[in-house]
Amino acid sequence: MAFWIASSPHNHQQSETSALMRLVIYATIPGILAQWYFFGWGNLIHIALAVTTAIVAEFTVLSLRDKKITSQLFDGSAILTAVLLGISLPALAPWWITIIGSIFAIAVVKQLYGGLGHNPFNPAMAAYVMLLISFPVQMTQWQPPLSLLAMDIQFNDTLAVIFSGYTPQGYSVEQIRTHIDGYTMATPLDTVKTNLTLGLTVAESMNSPVIGKHFGLGWEWINAGFLLGGLFLLFKKAIHWTTPFSFLISLFVCSFIAFIISPDSSTSTMFNWFTGATMLGAFFILTDPVSGATSVKGRLVFGALAGLLVYLIRNFGGYPDAIAFAVLLCNMAAPLIDQYTRPRTYGHDLGAKK
Amino acid sequence: MKINPEYKELAWQGLWKNNPGLVQLLGLCPLLAVTSTVVNALGLGIATLFVLICSNATVSAIRQWVPKEIRIPIFVLIIATFVTCVQLLMNAYTYDLYQSLGIFLPLIVTNCAIIGRAEAYASKNPIKQASFDGLMMGLGFLAVLLVLGAIREILGQGTLFDGANLFLGEWATQLKIEVYQLDSQFLLAILPPGAFITMGFLIAGKNAIDQKIAQAKPKKLEQAIERVRVNFES
Repeated sequence: MAFWIASSPHNHQQSETSALMRLVIYATIPGILAQWYFFGWGNLIHIALAVTTAIVAEFTVLSLRDKKITSQLFDGSAILTAVLLGISLPALAPWWITIIGSIFAIAVVKQLYGGLGHNPFNPAMAAYVMLLISFPVQMTQWQPPLSLLAMDIQFNDTLAVIFSGYTPQGYSVEQIRTHIDGYTMATPLDTVKTNLTLGLTVAESMNSPVIGKHFGLGWEWINAGFLLGGLFLLFKKAIHWTTPFSFLISLFVCSFIAFIISPDSSTSTMFNWFTGATMLGAFFILTDPVSGATSVKGRLVFGALAGLLVYLIRNFGGYPDAIAFAVLLCNMAAPLIDQYTRPRTYGHDLGAKK
Repeated sequence: MKINPEYKELAWQGLWKNNPGLVQLLGLCPLLAVTSTVVNALGLGIATLFVLICSNATVSAIRQWVPKEIRIPIFVLIIATFVTCVQLLMNAYTYDLYQSLGIFLPLIVTNCAIIGRAEAYASKNPIKQASFDGLMMGLGFLAVLLVLGAIREILGQGTLFDGANLFLGEWATQLKIEVYQLDSQFLLAILPPGAFITMGFLIAGKNAIDQKIAQAKPKKLEQAIERVRVNFES
């Protein structure tokens, strides 16, 4: 290392971890607002619960590890993890889901591996997968948009459902999820997947009330919100454009090919972009600097692989959405991707002729 | 009665310092696969204990006549014989447990902890010590299995000794303890990943205890050897 002979300008970027994390947290606000507008208070309650638990867990582990508590506790990374986890949970999931998830994310996935900067997996997504595998019933009870609900759900109703399982009037989550006509409503991705197994075409599923006019009532706006937040982050240069770009393009190309081959059994490209957690994954989760790839070329490969995996799991896997699984699989592949996409050091040969 | 220090050392090695589960990390496959309940763990642990004692004794008894070149196949044959015995016994007397252990019962043959002890200790020592070593190593393995099984069963189902009647007969049905009521099982604890995570915590706990003990020990004052170093070149 011979930095002292480097010539001027000696420019140093002054921004700290906490500033970056705060910026990312602000960027989630449009998406969270859309979630609140279409799905009610559930996710906000989960985010509050998750943040509280994450801070307590981080404090406990940091004091056990004899680390500097004030600087590491408030660097915002634990809060960001908790916010992302709270966003991705089903709105009416019971409270202990969030508590277990945040403790697992912070204590096991992040701190046991050595804290911020050392975790091989994205803590929020690892916790989400852990919850999905451990509690499949609670983790798949997605709430339909408020406008489709037979009953009016207010803040105190949501709070009561999350903490006791029933609204003050005594309705369970199952009853809330039931349409006026008596069938249980699922997410758009789930609806399409189930209908395909029932022999319906995608075009027929698009008439379902949960899908609404475009790609999923409420979901399209949530994704638009996260897209807006992501563009803000790009504009602020908080994240690099490569990962989201290659992820979205890869998902687009995969679903486009499938749509051309068999339009009856594959959803459209824009449906893939604007349902589920696509935009949240593209801009907020895959861009995690710790668990992702490092170089520009590596990030392009990383994002493309994630897009391919999301497409494959959504269409051929057992779960309707796939962002969390795809992210974990890509996190595992990231060191290998880095190994093969090392940028050429200036002055070294191209490696072509030997 | 005076206890032979050699036996004391063997017990210490088998139960704690050189525990096959926590330190040598041998036989992890059955260790992780069948410990979803205490009863399964107990069944497999006792089967392993039995095989380990018998194979150690036999290997030690014939150690003078085994040619060095083909010792491993001979050890494996001996172990396989005892595993077959255990398997037939369990099939006859505890059929339900036999079914719930499944493939992991015959797989005791490939448990490295057993062949490791046969090679490292039994083939070089007299019968008495070798069988005692087998007993202690087996007990150490059994203890790890039980702890792991208990943690996973409590976390996963909220019970202890569920299904003890499979192993111990009808009277044991009342052994089942309901630690707490779970509406939904914590599936991760029952699935293999939960076993890996719990095992990691157990190993970390053992290392932490060892460190505590090492710190608590009064440090021996080393006699400083004062010697002037003359040769500066090396």
